[in-house]
Amino acid sequence: MKKSTITILIAAVVLLIVIAQGFYVVNEYEQVVITQFGKPVGDPITEAGIQFKIPFIQTANFFEKRYLEWDGAPNQIPTKDKKFIFVDTYARWQITDPLQFYKRLTNERGAQSRLDDILDGETRDFIAKNYLEETVRTSNRTPISSGAISDIVEDSLVQIYVGRDSIQEYIQRSASLQAQDLGIAILDFRFKRINYVEEVQTQVYERMKSERFRIADKFRSEGQGEASRINGEKERELQTIQSEAFKKAEEIKGKADAAAAAIYSNAYDRNNQSRELYNFLMSMETFQKTFSEETTVILSTDSELYKYLKSSK
Amino acid sequence: MAEFEFDGDKAKESFQKIVKNIRVIVIVVVVLVAIISTFFQVGAEEVGVVTRLGKYNRTVEPGLNFKIPFAEKVTKVAVERQQKQEFGFRTTSSGIQSTYSKSGTEDESLMLTGDLNLAEVEWVVQYRIDQPYNYLFKVRDPETTLRDISESGMRQIVGDRTVNEVLTVGRAEIAGKLKVLIQEISNEYELGLRIEQVVLQDVTPPGPVRAAFNAVNEAQQEKETLINQAKSEYNKVIPKAAGQAEETIQKAEGYATARVNNAQGDVARFTQLYTEYAKAPQVTKTRIYLETMQEVIPKLGDKIIMDEQGSNVLPLLQMNSQSIKANK
Repeated sequence: MKKSTITILIAAVVLLIVIAQGFYVVNEYEQVVITQFGKPVGDPITEAGIQFKIPFIQTANFFEKRYLEWDGAPNQIPTKDKKFIFVDTYARWQITDPLQFYKRLTNERGAQSRLDDILDGETRDFIAKNYLEETVRTSNRTPISSGAISDIVEDSLVQIYVGRDSIQEYIQRSASLQAQDLGIAILDFRFKRINYVEEVQTQVYERMKSERFRIADKFRSEGQGEASRINGEKERELQTIQSEAFKKAEEIKGKADAAAAAIYSNAYDRNNQSRELYNFLMSMETFQKTFSEETTVILSTDSELYKYLKSSK
Repeated sequence: MAEFEFDGDKAKESFQKIVKNIRVIVIVVVVLVAIISTFFQVGAEEVGVVTRLGKYNRTVEPGLNFKIPFAEKVTKVAVERQQKQEFGFRTTSSGIQSTYSKSGTEDESLMLTGDLNLAEVEWVVQYRIDQPYNYLFKVRDPETTLRDISESGMRQIVGDRTVNEVLTVGRAEIAGKLKVLIQEISNEYELGLRIEQVVLQDVTPPGPVRAAFNAVNEAQQEKETLINQAKSEYNKVIPKAAGQAEETIQKAEGYATARVNNAQGDVARFTQLYTEYAKAPQVTKTRIYLETMQEVIPKLGDKIIMDEQGSNVLPLLQMNSQSIKANK
């Protein structure tokens, strides 16, 4: 090979290394801080595309531009009303100032650990400062009552004054203040899960159970009460119907009796003679009705019937 | 085998040939690779997101597409595929009869209600990627983010309701509200996701209190039964009594009619008789008396006829009556 060819080859290799070391690609979701022997130089690069730096001397440090996750470890925290709960939280954050971020936190792991400190602390503070209801509820909406059951248990929600949304916002704002000079922004903070610690949970279950049994008892007693009411109504109506019918029937009969009596007296009570005839007829009828085989009569020959018996002798 | 014997000269010759044509070979290989990496296919349910030297350049539709080799990179995103996340359970094998597992997911489903009770809520979020740019470049790990949003959102909604509401009337409402809430937060985070549907699965009281909740249902049934029984007893008695009352009244009416008619009949007869009696009272009276006696006397048992002093008993008649008694 010729000398010139070797020189060209060496030059080509050097050029290649320079290109590989000098040019770098910034992806759409990345941003870069250029450091020179560990010291940041120039403005951070936030635009995606191909970029150039001084080979060997400068280093490109890549950082995420996207929203990043932060997931809190479930913490056992007492509320203001001394109820122990597990609070599991999450947050979304972003590297807003890569230069500052690089200076303060170096990398994401450093950031996560700082966020743990800040957010766990704030969570603890705010949970302990508020009643449990405030972290569970968001608004003072009126619950839709579900009929029968709501009449028995207190099916309403107590008034809240702060609310979950506000507590989340306070924590986020307060944490943001502390994270201000870290080159990051905490975009959102939320409670993922809130649960009772085990002992409290058992107590809550007991309370729920007794509440349900109370409802069940109420239902049963309501059923019995209603049945008794219907039964009573039945008795009352029965008595009413029967007595009214009796009353009406007796009235009808009485009226008829009266009418009959009037008819009779009109006819019989005309004059002495009619009265006489009536009495006589009644006596006759009485004989017919009352005399039987068992009856013994002692008839005097003096009587109308046998007066001729003696005289004929 | 002799034909394939190693021939040093020949090998040397062919090596020299390769070296001679190295430029051609390299060019051919490079061109081939370039051609292969120029074309790419995007499936029917996908779009291709093309970045040029790391920078977003364009989004391409399904079909055959081109890109600048080496400089452009394509990421395929399934925008038409509906995806889902399950909370509180996992489908272990899906098919005509899917099987589910609930172990290890209790923490996802157990939550506090607004009245500080507990409920287990299981749900499914169905979603689609509708903004591939946001999906790829705005949030790292959008799926985990969606899970976090869903869990937090569900607890926010359930946290504003009573346990009764959550378990009974609130079901449909909760699903609707959660869908809106998740979409709102997703938009805020620029996840690039579209929430298609939120479906509530099992919503139950937690295991240890389930029996107590069932007891309430049973008591409710019992109550209904008691009331129905009483009502049926009522219906059995009252209409019957009403009928009987009507009967009593009708009978009384009958009695009344009969009473009056009888009276009128009696009186009519009396009046007729009286008319004749008035003409000859004594005779009529005697006649009636004797007629009655004729009718009555034969039916009698003992008959003792005496004279007016009461001492002269007619023995014949007495004997007759004694013989009757002896016969008995």
